[in-house]
Amino acid sequence: MASVDAAMISRIVERYGKDPQRLMDIVREVHGELGQVSEETVDGIAKALSIHRVRVSDLASFYSFFDHDPAARYTIRLSNCVVDKMNGMDEVARAFEKALGIRFGETTPDGQIGLRATSCTGMCDQAPAALINGLVVTGIKPADVPAIVEALKREKGKVGGSSLFPNAEVQLNLRQAGPVVLGPFENGTAIRKSLAMSPEQVIDEINKSKLRGRGGAGFPTGMKWSFCRKAKGRHFLICNADEGEPGTFKDRLLLTEAADLLFEGMTVAGYALGADEGLLYLRAEYAYLWPRLEQVLSRRRRHGLLGQNIAGREGFNFDIRIQLGAGAYVCGEESALIESLEGKRGAPRDRPPYPVQRGYKQEPTSVNNVETLCCAARILEKGADWFVKYGTRDSTGTKLLSVSGDCERPGVYEVEYGITVDKLLDLVGGEDAQAVQVGGPSGACLAPKDYGRKISFEDIPTGGSIIVFGPKRDLLKHVLDFTEFFMEESCGWCAPCRVGTTLLKMKLDKIMEGRGTASDLSELKQLGTTVKMMSRCGLGQSAANPVLTTLQNLPELYRQRITDKDFIPHFDIQSAFSEQAAVTGRKFVDHEEAQA
Amino acid sequence: MSGETVRIIIDGREVEARAGLTILQAASEAGIYIPHLCYHKDLLPGGHCRVCTVNVNGKPINACTMMVGSGMVIENDTPELNDWRKSIIEMLFVEGNHICPGCEKSGNCELQALAYRFGMMSPRYPYLFPAKEVDGSHPSAYIDRNRCILCGRCVRSSQEVDHKNVFGFEGRGIHTRLAVDSRHWLSETDLASADQAASYCPTGSLVVKRVGWKIPVGQRKYDKQPIGSDIEGGRK
Repeated sequence: MASVDAAMISRIVERYGKDPQRLMDIVREVHGELGQVSEETVDGIAKALSIHRVRVSDLASFYSFFDHDPAARYTIRLSNCVVDKMNGMDEVARAFEKALGIRFGETTPDGQIGLRATSCTGMCDQAPAALINGLVVTGIKPADVPAIVEALKREKGKVGGSSLFPNAEVQLNLRQAGPVVLGPFENGTAIRKSLAMSPEQVIDEINKSKLRGRGGAGFPTGMKWSFCRKAKGRHFLICNADEGEPGTFKDRLLLTEAADLLFEGMTVAGYALGADEGLLYLRAEYAYLWPRLEQVLSRRRRHGLLGQNIAGREGFNFDIRIQLGAGAYVCGEESALIESLEGKRGAPRDRPPYPVQRGYKQEPTSVNNVETLCCAARILEKGADWFVKYGTRDSTGTKLLSVSGDCERPGVYEVEYGITVDKLLDLVGGEDAQAVQVGGPSGACLAPKDYGRKISFEDIPTGGSIIVFGPKRDLLKHVLDFTEFFMEESCGWCAPCRVGTTLLKMKLDKIMEGRGTASDLSELKQLGTTVKMMSRCGLGQSAANPVLTTLQNLPELYRQRITDKDFIPHFDIQSAFSEQAAVTGRKFVDHEEAQA
Repeated sequence: MSGETVRIIIDGREVEARAGLTILQAASEAGIYIPHLCYHKDLLPGGHCRVCTVNVNGKPINACTMMVGSGMVIENDTPELNDWRKSIIEMLFVEGNHICPGCEKSGNCELQALAYRFGMMSPRYPYLFPAKEVDGSHPSAYIDRNRCILCGRCVRSSQEVDHKNVFGFEGRGIHTRLAVDSRHWLSETDLASADQAASYCPTGSLVVKRVGWKIPVGQRKYDKQPIGSDIEGGRK
């Protein structure tokens, strides 16, 4: 390794206190300097940290934003979410390939520009979108591509800023602000009201509000805080800002528009838990928000709302650190997120023990969603009685929904819990939907017969992703896309998810090719159920949901595709011999088939 | 461990289990076999294979990581669970390239033994036929990744028994692979011939050299009795 690289690595490692738990930051910074994490780089980092190299390669090979081979000067990561595809991603991809003369996965011969696909970047309301060295480019049309490529060829340094491209701007797309999360808020009010109470009283207030986790699972927040507070040890608060569910972008809006409210909620939680450190795990796709979030943190420190003796309360110390992810959907699962924060691959843990018992650094940890913490701040500011006025009996308050797909007004909506799917479709201009995906691919695909159902924990829970499918969409194709997404994002730790997601995709491929039979449908259900029941974490347990919920709610999608034959083998001998057939100019004849 | 016990029910049978044990350990002590693959009694549980999944009060839970709790009602030997377990075994067969007749481990292989126990004739899933690497560089052991099921036993035994860090993982999802603590080869690691790690491999993926075929096929562990019989033989 060049000595200059060794010096650079050792400088970065020193800056992180030679702490192996900061391996994410160390690898990210080294990758930023060198544009890759080569075998040599792995050796260098391991040596500087005095740890085994297999630990470094384990982490570096896991996250999709770390390149092993030399990365191009500019890497264009085109978001391949279902909604990007619905909005013309394939045409944009072809335009990039044509303009650059390379295929996806390749880099131009001069090493200047590389093309990669990436999972949902959280820009579904302005799809198709791409990240170019971290810069977000949205609403790309094939006609925009030559100009983007030209700009990259002209620019020899790092991607400077939004002036480079016309599309390099993230639209907020706030369509409906509700009274709870997005109502007016004065900084410091929730903290001051909390400090007038004991930590236990703060938790009581949250209990009274019946606030439940907004990530989708809906665990009662007050109960989580109470478990965490009662567990012995040093307490931590983690804010999960790793929203990666395809079709979700509501945290993007909160992190942009309501960062103060979020940090206020984190500080209130810190007081309630008895934590002095809070961590915000920010998905790598939202790295563009990082500098602004740091500014907000600095301002809050200056105003005495973070740091030592907050709001004048002697001994109440709490500060927040932002940890950037590196492209792994599974890190949105709380225990995988903690592993990642500890400088490891994002493999979920077996529970129990739950994070509230043994979480970050094996200490009691509460992991809360961005929106949950925003709600918590509002509850402390306005009181639980005010909060429970909104929503339903068991789903109090409001919910932020990220709406995208075939509707006139995609964007973020704050609605009261209990809204029916029908009413929501009216609101967003998607009345003619043939199906609605509620909760992203992990959730459920609803057919029109279910549009009277209510978005709430009692009926259809959701982390906030709503994807509308118009009447002309080939839904089964999107089921396949969702399944591919889970296959891409499976961490590989447990067998049923690692292998099962690949097999699900193969089975769907067979059906899409018109080679499916009725027995394939029952096998698909058996396979999906195995993956759902036997997988280790929420990702695996929901990976078969796109298949299982459409098999149940929209069975005709499948019935239209299958043949009436009893059995067609998975292995297609005709296509396996297609190359030979072409070379010899002879047609492959299946004698069994010919006789039958 | 304290002398405290808890009462649990496994498949309708009341079991007095020592507190602090996992469900899998407690069942074994009571002579009840819960099928498992990545778990080994000498090592910390890994939670990779999920074969030991049982229903606890109606919910699927991993038996090798879950502690016993008073009053737990556990279902283990049900047709449904056994079919899901068999499915996982079949998944592992199609994920790799397991050619039993040519494998030194045949008869001593836990994957093969579980397939027999569950009555697997051939996998119901299509083979993936992946290209995998073989590493014969080390003088005393070799890795055949065709047979690796990513159970992590070598990773854990190297750490916990040998107090080293010879093995690890790389990549993710279906591309996850067993890695070694060097740039390329096993011979570049500090694996020593006295290390125990290779003896923990449940399949023929990590194999000690020069002792192959010592016991003839037909006289090997699972040739004589099905996997789990030793535990079931100890039924109290």
